[in-house]
Amino acid sequence: MATTRILEWLGRFYIVLLLGFLYLPIVIMAAMSFNASPFYQLPFEWTTDWYASLWQNDQLIAATWNSIEIAVITTIISTVLGAMASLALYRYEFRGKKLLQALLFPPIAIPWLITGTAMLIFFFGVGIGRGLIAILLGHVALALPYVIVVVSARLQTFAPELEEAARSLGANQWQVTMRVTLPWIMPGVIAGGLFAFAVSFDQFVVSYFLATPGQTTLPVEIYAAIRKGFTPEINAVSTIIIVVSMALMLLTARFFKFGGEK
Amino acid sequence: MADQLAIGSRRGLKPALPLLLPAYLWLTVAIFLPLSAMVFFSFMTDLPLAGKEWAFTLGNYEAFFSQSLYSRLLLSSLRLGLEVTLWCVVIGYPAAYVLAKVLKGRSREAIFLLVILPFWSNGLVRIFSWAMVLREGGILDTALNAVLPFKINIDLMYSYPAVIIGLVHSYVPYMVLTCYLTLQAIDDSLIEAGRSLGASRRQVLWRVIIPLSMPGLIAGSALIFVPVVGSFMEPRILGGRTGTFYGTVIEDQFAAVFNWPLGAALSFILLAVVLIILALAAPVLRRAG
Repeated sequence: MATTRILEWLGRFYIVLLLGFLYLPIVIMAAMSFNASPFYQLPFEWTTDWYASLWQNDQLIAATWNSIEIAVITTIISTVLGAMASLALYRYEFRGKKLLQALLFPPIAIPWLITGTAMLIFFFGVGIGRGLIAILLGHVALALPYVIVVVSARLQTFAPELEEAARSLGANQWQVTMRVTLPWIMPGVIAGGLFAFAVSFDQFVVSYFLATPGQTTLPVEIYAAIRKGFTPEINAVSTIIIVVSMALMLLTARFFKFGGEK
Repeated sequence: MADQLAIGSRRGLKPALPLLLPAYLWLTVAIFLPLSAMVFFSFMTDLPLAGKEWAFTLGNYEAFFSQSLYSRLLLSSLRLGLEVTLWCVVIGYPAAYVLAKVLKGRSREAIFLLVILPFWSNGLVRIFSWAMVLREGGILDTALNAVLPFKINIDLMYSYPAVIIGLVHSYVPYMVLTCYLTLQAIDDSLIEAGRSLGASRRQVLWRVIIPLSMPGLIAGSALIFVPVVGSFMEPRILGGRTGTFYGTVIEDQFAAVFNWPLGAALSFILLAVVLIILALAAPVLRRAG
């Protein structure tokens, strides 16, 4: 038994090491955004100048607004369309249903490099071209499968008898959906929506291929800035992004447990 | 089961169609048609835009098969995928085991969330954060020189190991997640039974635990291997000049050289490789998912 306890403590220690590996670089990056030296020199000298200078950077601010706008619109569209599709997949039996469910897999599994370049070619070919509209089209398509998967998972816990009971009490299809089904799956819908927001707000690869110099998103701007050279200003904006996206995911976790315990 | 069907679901595609159509139309326009268009373009000499001359050709694929550069890069990307996946198994599997079998209750939930959290945060920013750690005069360099009695020069930035470290950091939570799900499903009494029948810890591990968690290992490997083979941003930022891989060459065709038909052909070849890998892993993925 003594060995078991030693092994268990080693295991806990290992988890601490892993968490260190996962979080240390992020913490260091964040710390450097508060360091006065533009060349990341130590000793550490506290400043918030880099955050202040972000406010002067019109290009970054414009890109940030684009990112937020696109993420909000993506969330609304993909949550509504995704919830509708999940309901249909749950409620009805028809030929080809398995195929429709399988079709959700490629957008998630195919590397974004391939999806992004394919979108670029197609949107150019049909005249949509590049820019914010193209980015929005792409983001919704990337977010949809996630929403459908998350909402469908929530629907699995729904008792179909409830719909039947409401119907036999005289409710019509619309009332059944709005008053019985939707309230039950709401945690799933909210989680799906938060997922969609995160997929869009953090999306880099697909946006990168669809952006043009005037119409771009925050991650694309950051990538361009990194390739020009590192500055603490990138650290500052990166720190803001990572705080926002982690807060979002914590919020999502409140609504939807990541497949762990039921 | 038959009962439940009778109550819950109704037959027919027609009533389902209005609910399904918007989502699947969107997916068609933004995913499936573009992928088809990519195949089409990969057989062209030039873009059929602005009155440019174009014709059908196999030249883009010939370029791949005749110039060893492209196949060599594809191989090195596959190797990169393999190495990153292996590291993720080595690092992630023990962590998943501790989470599933050692930690209990609320602390398990909290730590599980902490491990998964970075995975859902911005990947580009996390890769950038490694640049802070790995460059010469960076934190790793400074910290090691402060502790060690002799002077060493750590400059991992712009090297192959830097790319590996960044990618492993990006994808290891995936492996923890999938392995955790299968490990958690293993009944503790199976492990105890093995032990009480006289099996050593090692035997239980190799004969009971690992075989039973294989679906999680395979699912995690597929989900890591595929995007790593197609990665381009990570090698660009952390690899510098050594960071030329298949993904970065595709990026170049679209963002620098503007040879889209060649880029489409290279993308399609990558897609074929990816689909083969996913098809091989699909039976396991279906059972695990």
